[in-house]
Amino acid sequence: MATNTYVPHAAGYVDNEGVKIVSSRFQYEDSYTLERSLSTGGYEGMKKTLRMQPAEVAAVVKDAVLLGRGGAGFPAGVKWGFMPPVWPRYLVVNGDESEPGTYKDRLLMERDPHQLIEGCIIACFALGLNTCFLYVRGEMPVAQERIAEALNDAYAAGLVGKNIDGTDVSIDIVLHWGAGAYIVGEETALIESLEGNRGMPRLKPPFFPAAKGLYMKPTIVNNVETLANLPWIITNGAANFKEYGSEKSPGTRLLAISGHVKRPGVYEVEQGRVSFRELFYGHNFCGGIKDDNDLKMFIPGGGSAPWFFEEQLDLLLEAGDVGPAGSMLGSGAIVVMDHTTDAVKACLRVVRFFARESCGKCTPCREGTSWEEKILQRILDGHGRPEDIDLLLEVGANISPSPYPVAAAPESGLEAVPFPPKQTTICPLGPSSVAPITSAIRRFRPEFEAKIAAVSPVGAGA
Amino acid sequence: MTATENPESASPETNPGVPFTLNGVEFHANDGELLIDAAKRHGVHIPHFCYHPRMTPVGMCRMCLVEVDTGRGAGLQPSCMLPVTPNMKVNTESEPTTKAQDGVLELLLINHPLDCPVCDKGGECPLQDNAYAFGPGESRFVEEKRHYEKPIPISDLVYLDRERCILCDRCTRFASEVAGDPLIHFIGRGAQTEVNTFPEHEFSSYFSGNTVQICPVGALTAKPYRFAARPWDLSETESTSMVDSTGARVALHSSQDRLVRIQGVDSDATNWGWLSDKERFIYEATDSPERLTEPLVRDGSGDAVPTRWNNAVKQVVEALARPSDPRRIGVIGGARLTLESQYAWAKLLKGLGAVDNIDAQLGDGLPAELVLGLPKATIDSACQPGGVVVLLGPDLKEELPTLYLRLRHAIQFDGVSLVEISPRVTSFGDTVAARLNPLPGATGQIAKALADGMVGTSIGRSSAEELSAAHKLLISDRPVTVILGRGNLAESTDIIASAVASLRRANPNAKFLTALRRGNVHGALEMGLTPGYLPGAQPLSAAVDGWDMAPRSRGLDTAGILKSAVNGTLDTLVLLGADPLTDFPDSKLAAAAFERVGTVISVDTFMTASTGRADVVLPAAMFGEVDGTFLNLEGRISPVQAKVTSPGQTRADWMIAAEVAAAAGGDLGFTTLAELRSDIAANVPGFSDVHWDRTGHGADGPVITGIRSWEPTLTETAPIPPADDYGLRLVVDRKLWDNGTMTLAAASLKGQVGDAVMSVSPADLARLRIPSGNEASVAVGGGDARTVVVMSDPRVPVGAAHVPFHLNGVDASDFLVTGQPVIDIRIQAL
Repeated sequence: MATNTYVPHAAGYVDNEGVKIVSSRFQYEDSYTLERSLSTGGYEGMKKTLRMQPAEVAAVVKDAVLLGRGGAGFPAGVKWGFMPPVWPRYLVVNGDESEPGTYKDRLLMERDPHQLIEGCIIACFALGLNTCFLYVRGEMPVAQERIAEALNDAYAAGLVGKNIDGTDVSIDIVLHWGAGAYIVGEETALIESLEGNRGMPRLKPPFFPAAKGLYMKPTIVNNVETLANLPWIITNGAANFKEYGSEKSPGTRLLAISGHVKRPGVYEVEQGRVSFRELFYGHNFCGGIKDDNDLKMFIPGGGSAPWFFEEQLDLLLEAGDVGPAGSMLGSGAIVVMDHTTDAVKACLRVVRFFARESCGKCTPCREGTSWEEKILQRILDGHGRPEDIDLLLEVGANISPSPYPVAAAPESGLEAVPFPPKQTTICPLGPSSVAPITSAIRRFRPEFEAKIAAVSPVGAGA
Repeated sequence: MTATENPESASPETNPGVPFTLNGVEFHANDGELLIDAAKRHGVHIPHFCYHPRMTPVGMCRMCLVEVDTGRGAGLQPSCMLPVTPNMKVNTESEPTTKAQDGVLELLLINHPLDCPVCDKGGECPLQDNAYAFGPGESRFVEEKRHYEKPIPISDLVYLDRERCILCDRCTRFASEVAGDPLIHFIGRGAQTEVNTFPEHEFSSYFSGNTVQICPVGALTAKPYRFAARPWDLSETESTSMVDSTGARVALHSSQDRLVRIQGVDSDATNWGWLSDKERFIYEATDSPERLTEPLVRDGSGDAVPTRWNNAVKQVVEALARPSDPRRIGVIGGARLTLESQYAWAKLLKGLGAVDNIDAQLGDGLPAELVLGLPKATIDSACQPGGVVVLLGPDLKEELPTLYLRLRHAIQFDGVSLVEISPRVTSFGDTVAARLNPLPGATGQIAKALADGMVGTSIGRSSAEELSAAHKLLISDRPVTVILGRGNLAESTDIIASAVASLRRANPNAKFLTALRRGNVHGALEMGLTPGYLPGAQPLSAAVDGWDMAPRSRGLDTAGILKSAVNGTLDTLVLLGADPLTDFPDSKLAAAAFERVGTVISVDTFMTASTGRADVVLPAAMFGEVDGTFLNLEGRISPVQAKVTSPGQTRADWMIAAEVAAAAGGDLGFTTLAELRSDIAANVPGFSDVHWDRTGHGADGPVITGIRSWEPTLTETAPIPPADDYGLRLVVDRKLWDNGTMTLAAASLKGQVGDAVMSVSPADLARLRIPSGNEASVAVGGGDARTVVVMSDPRVPVGAAHVPFHLNGVDASDFLVTGQPVIDIRIQAL
């Protein structure tokens, strides 16, 4: 198969040069079947695991420095260590991928569900628990079907359930379909939803899932991609895993790149070794900006991330570098916008998403995000007022007390404000809506002013 | 107000605890105390909306954010969810804190309609208050506000205005967490989030009015109070609800000398601020145009016509003097009265008149010996963490709803285990630790088996597992409280008494709460309005100063009085707020008694069926119009206070008693309430140290323990009536909403009364081949058959049939016969 091309049966996936840790089977059209999985080393990691001690497995994962791939980037091995010695305890798989721009977990679930199931069993074994809940986003019917089918096959083959692979280890995986809410990607809201309640986040503390999670029992919530890494790590060892990526961030990441690039898609990329510039312009990746236009801005880590600009292009894809520069790598969704993009419209587009997806629990997010949306819409409708620009920033500051993380602006001599933002809310959804506003106004304030000046709204002087 | 007013209250010597710094001053919090509570105790008010001290905090309004530094730098934290930790530094006045408060209020107000001038809450609104104290002063919001249809009824009693709602989760949390009626919830998301009911399900909860009281804005309003008054026109007095024997603390609100509202008062000992809708809205009856306002006497043609007080009193004196023997006088009722009025009437009738045929219970209560003589628990002791409660009685949600809420909380949050020995499954549902639903007649047998530990095999429908679990709990070293009531009007009190004897033998340390439903019935019994006792549960032989003519032999209870009338041995019947024609279980006996009795005197507030048959009617002032005292089921006294002027010529009951005594040439020894209270203090054991006027200022009143010099004599030998293979054992109990006089007189409540149906277990209904909801023929013994609607209900044990008393529809009194230990009925398909 030729490299650097789309794979027809795996919509959105770009098969490029480089190591394949989680996307190794995407090349096969039948990658989601048990037969393909078994014929390509599937469940070998699990079988190896079942003949180890749980603590040994956990030690391997900790040694591999497997950073969580859901957004926060916390080491999975360390997170596992937070569980108090209390049973029952649960593993919950966060398959509610819905960050704007992100679609890598969908591919993992659609294209290689057995890899995920294997990862779940390895994690359950390491954590000494026997019930895993797999929560799949409501709007992903193909992923749901594939996982359900894969689970049935795995159960039938004795790879999940009672006495797995002839050992005395029994682990059940319970499949749960979401009802369609972005907020349920937040781990405590996901737990609420799983319990049958309205998906609304819980306050941390006291409700840290590792201590008081599902049904108030210790619970580990891991991202799909995080778990999908486990079979490779166990099969090949932590040392081999650390051969890839950087010292601080070993291994690869699936990056979902969308927007104004020539070849948008999901790429498996070694962490910390590739810069944004190489990613956007490199032959092995996106191959340049669409129509060879100029880059205007890009979102480095999903809709929640503050925007980056030309100046940040040479940053490596390394969480430790991106944070101090004023944004985050987040869930691995990168949105590229060229010079034809209207900054105000782009800002509204992202803000509207958060306003619509606010769960309604905390006052600042519920009321603030919709107010931001209304102001932006009004500016675009030609009824903006000069004070609206600062008002936007101040409404944002009511949700996320300033200073809000933002990239440096060398031309105006402003320094970067490092990630993460402060918040007056329980979860980061509301503060996320401030990211596009702060980023766009700081960089493109004249665009806002021009829109406001372009029309003379009726009654504006009143 | 964020000043630190009371720093000395936190001295480490007297209050060791968690040291923390609040606005630069060192304080100590209790272990695990939330920051918002600790700050309040030290005089620092942190504004909030969603936080309510009686509910689980959710931290969602974000109004209580304060700057907290636990050593990792200062940050904003919700003080309602943050327990104080050692050396925490808190600043409620810093710039970040005030900026956050200002911001939250601005955001809460952007979509709020600001229709305060036409809002019931305006003037007492936390949103208004906080906006003035902590808010930005003016809005920068120029967009269109959120619009909803306003207001929408979510039940017969409560309206919801979603535009005003600030989505604090108080009402929804109350409904699910406190009341256990999760019928309202959030729907939609983001700024379109709203509180609403589920489709086709209205918010029908006995406790719906509490949501109106705890709503921090005017989103929830009560139909009876809507637009009735403005808060600044209201005048308030604290009192005690007389709707049932829990004695919930209330605040009476009046405007222009009319009662317009009752609010719950947060009393630690009793109701925690919660009220049932009956307790909350019953004040409407006070203002009813149906009230009796002038004395009535029967004229020559048999019509009741208005007369003057002195003429009516004269006729009462004659009717009481006419019988040759005080045993030819009977007195029914008295639970409606205040403690003082009960004492005055008891002294008039017993102390001066030697009458002992006096009963404040109408055949639906418990033997006075049990109520007065069993060692008493308190609500707090019953609900203490880790306790065991044995419910030998009715569904508390129906009879004592606020006690039900306390017990429900204890089960859900404090590890209290409930053993249910009720004639059918109660509202505690699956939260019970052991469920025994004995068939009527088998209650004593079950209790005896628990005491004997004979729990290896099932008894009737009670499985060995449930019996064994109940036995273990009953004899455990956990504190055990028996809540004793009348779960079935068709099962004799002998059987209940025998069950009590067994339970006491099983656990001699068990304490008791007598869950009687009639308002001040415990006061009535304590004051002697029951056969065989003088006030303070003293025997008739006791010498009580001023009670020179006290009876020497035990008189009759209500059933006995009515039978005596039927037998022609009763000349005069006095009704103290009683309506035996509709309220006594065996209405046939009551009707026959009224046919034969000579003179009927009624002291009442409404023209009831029985009062309509009276020869002399004396109009009494009622709750809200009289000062006095209430004695609740714990034996706790608390004040009942007048708020409005009583209508027409009505008088307080104790004044009527004094008037009758004077007209008869006697002297009760008091002409003022103070003198009356002195008489009680001097003559009733336990009341000598009561500070009557100090019970009314927020503090919970004391429990008058009334140390008894005697023990109730109980035997475990009640007969166990053999079951009839073809019949079903009758269970008759009470619903909260029934055709009680007060409920029907309250305009908003009378519509709550539903139709009674007969309920039978699904298995029995299938055996009888009657489809649920169909009519069937029902007969007791050889009596006439009635055609009634029969429904399937899994809460009814197999072998039993259930009918609620005193509703519309099926008339339970058709099947009730006085003097039977149990009643078997036959149901046949038509």
